[in-house]
Amino acid sequence: MRPTAPLILITAVTALAAGTLTACGGGSGGDRDTVKVVYNRSTDNKIRFKDAHLEAAKKQFEKDHPGKKIKLIPVQAPDNDYATKAQQMMRSPKTAPDLVYEDTFRINSDIKAGYLKSLDGYLPEWDQWSQFVDTAKAAAKAEDGKTYGIPDGTDTRGLWFNKAIFAEAGLPADWQPRNWAEILQAARTVKRKVPGAIPLNVYTGKGPGEAAVMQGFEMLLYGTGADPLYDPSAKKWVSAGKGFQDSLDFVRTVYAEKLGPDVTDALDPNVGTRVATEWFPEGKLAISLDGSWMGQNWINKGPKEWPEWSKELAQTPMPTQNGQAPGKVSMSGGWAWSVPQKAKNPDLAFDFVKTLQTKENATRWCVVAAQIAVRKDVAADPGYLKSMPGIDFFTGLVQYTHYRPALPVYPQVSTAIGEAMEKVTTGDASAADAAKAYNDQLRTIADGAVVSK
Amino acid sequence: MSAKRTGLWRWAPIAPATALLLLFLAGPIGYCVWIAFTNTQLTGASGSDFVGLDNFRRAFADDNFRNAVRLTLVFTFISAVIGQNTLGLALAGLMRAASRPVRTVTGTLVITAWVLPEIVAAFLLYTFFRREGTLNALLDWLHLPGQNWLFTLPILAVSFANVWRGTAFSMLIYSAALAEIPRDITEAAEVDGASGPRRVWHITLPMIRRSIGTNLMLNTLSTLSVFGLIWAMTRGGPGNRSQTLPVFMYDQAFLKSLIGYGTAVALLLLLVGSLFSIVYLRLMKVEV
Repeated sequence: MRPTAPLILITAVTALAAGTLTACGGGSGGDRDTVKVVYNRSTDNKIRFKDAHLEAAKKQFEKDHPGKKIKLIPVQAPDNDYATKAQQMMRSPKTAPDLVYEDTFRINSDIKAGYLKSLDGYLPEWDQWSQFVDTAKAAAKAEDGKTYGIPDGTDTRGLWFNKAIFAEAGLPADWQPRNWAEILQAARTVKRKVPGAIPLNVYTGKGPGEAAVMQGFEMLLYGTGADPLYDPSAKKWVSAGKGFQDSLDFVRTVYAEKLGPDVTDALDPNVGTRVATEWFPEGKLAISLDGSWMGQNWINKGPKEWPEWSKELAQTPMPTQNGQAPGKVSMSGGWAWSVPQKAKNPDLAFDFVKTLQTKENATRWCVVAAQIAVRKDVAADPGYLKSMPGIDFFTGLVQYTHYRPALPVYPQVSTAIGEAMEKVTTGDASAADAAKAYNDQLRTIADGAVVSK
Repeated sequence: MSAKRTGLWRWAPIAPATALLLLFLAGPIGYCVWIAFTNTQLTGASGSDFVGLDNFRRAFADDNFRNAVRLTLVFTFISAVIGQNTLGLALAGLMRAASRPVRTVTGTLVITAWVLPEIVAAFLLYTFFRREGTLNALLDWLHLPGQNWLFTLPILAVSFANVWRGTAFSMLIYSAALAEIPRDITEAAEVDGASGPRRVWHITLPMIRRSIGTNLMLNTLSTLSVFGLIWAMTRGGPGNRSQTLPVFMYDQAFLKSLIGYGTAVALLLLLVGSLFSIVYLRLMKVEV
């Protein structure tokens, strides 16, 4: 043995013990005065309104609660990766945050997994809860009837179009398509008369993830008939029928006829950022099937200052497939603040939710994030109503809107839909083949509890 | 001191290392094997019920899994067995004949590609292959038609990337092996009138047989597990046209939350690796 060997050995063992016994790098290790808040930071480095809003709330909270600290933990990643990261953090008490920002479409899945804590103990004493509209309260309610998240806004979806390109193509400035065929017709007209412009953007594929499934596919699917995805009366998922195939075929047509963006761009996870910061502001895109929040990209301190946007762009509702009643369709989602089951400081975490949900803060959030309000007092606030051109249009779509089936396996169903979309977009499969593959996956996901329509 | 006691004492120095290995290596591996036989999920219905061979049955019935196996074999064969291996040998051979400055420059360039972190190399190659990338700019300059490589030939693009990145390792192994060949044998063959190719075939290759075997094995095993490169360049897309087993595994385990199934696929990947290794051991009679 070299004389130094015992020394090395002792050092190594000591370092190891120190690491394991103090949970080195394992997170808070039970700091009673710090609330760890995990949220998703935009992958666009110029979009920081959420960070700024949370920083402001943090300052306010730390002033009102002397000695207490908020530790903001941003995760900069596409939504799918953010969810995976958050789920992994919540698995262990060492890494579990005290508060986590959850997309309401995943929340039921995470509740079922036992990651989240019921908030029912806090709600009766919280005077602001009565301000939330019922649909919003239902968004984070589980099958067990308990509430697991406090939503902070919702959204609706419709068609955005560029008036200058429309004028050049000889299309009306008050465009109101009555069915899918008229949308495709307008796109073909743009392709013919305005070379160089992208006629129609429909989000698609695995890269954009839920954005493609909800903004692209479900905006089509929910215009084909009632309950096309899940049958609440039978409590079963609906296998891909005619409406499903027609929706896939619409997507296929857009990309096969080169009416959409270049396929590689369309399948890129960051296509949403490009629509908002490049294609629309640079006047390269005629129509996009998109969300109510688009405006926040172009207003105060957004990633792309574009003061003329409200004059250059217009919105119109998404029609149903053949114009059948009610004639219009929209999808709604939203995000909520939840407390993980393994949080060290759940009470303090809920106190931070209260700070985030004072009327002033809730209103300011809806304004900076271009959210559709989920609170009655915010919805009536003149500052909110005047905050953004088009907000009244998108608020008006709430009556036509649909919510995704709030079930634990929905995220897996969504992934399967994303794959089906990608197959028809690349031309690797026909709509019928992609629908068949989806049905095979759906049977596995739903354990055979599937019904045909 | 009895022989038995000496035996025990001889274990003493490596006891801490063994304990650490058991704790941090064997433990997780055992846990992984267990998970592969359960229906553990990252989210949704939690619970880790033992489901026997269900995950493996499911894999063999899964078109996407079969596609991943096929692509993994293509990727490994093109980039490791053919690309890195042959190119490495060729570079090593040529560098022996080259002058010192040429050797230095070539060696530096090749090794630079190798020491770059995987993710940096991946982004470099992404910018090389993408539609507005360097390759298309070059082709355009030569008045040749460019195309969207990552979309039309994704598996070839990532294979090329892996060759670019991993050749240095083979080159180093072969340089060392060629330096070991005694000069007088080659000279004797030359005097007997053996031509260049014949010398390579009958003398050089048999003499470095063991290095070839070792190199093939190491290359294959490291290529089988390439994930970051493919993920950053194509994410396994478009569709699943570059979804090799590691990418498929990640997709199932973390994007579809099926940890149990993903782990089962990982075990199958391990099996593929072992099969390759056994074949090399048999063919090359490598001494490990």
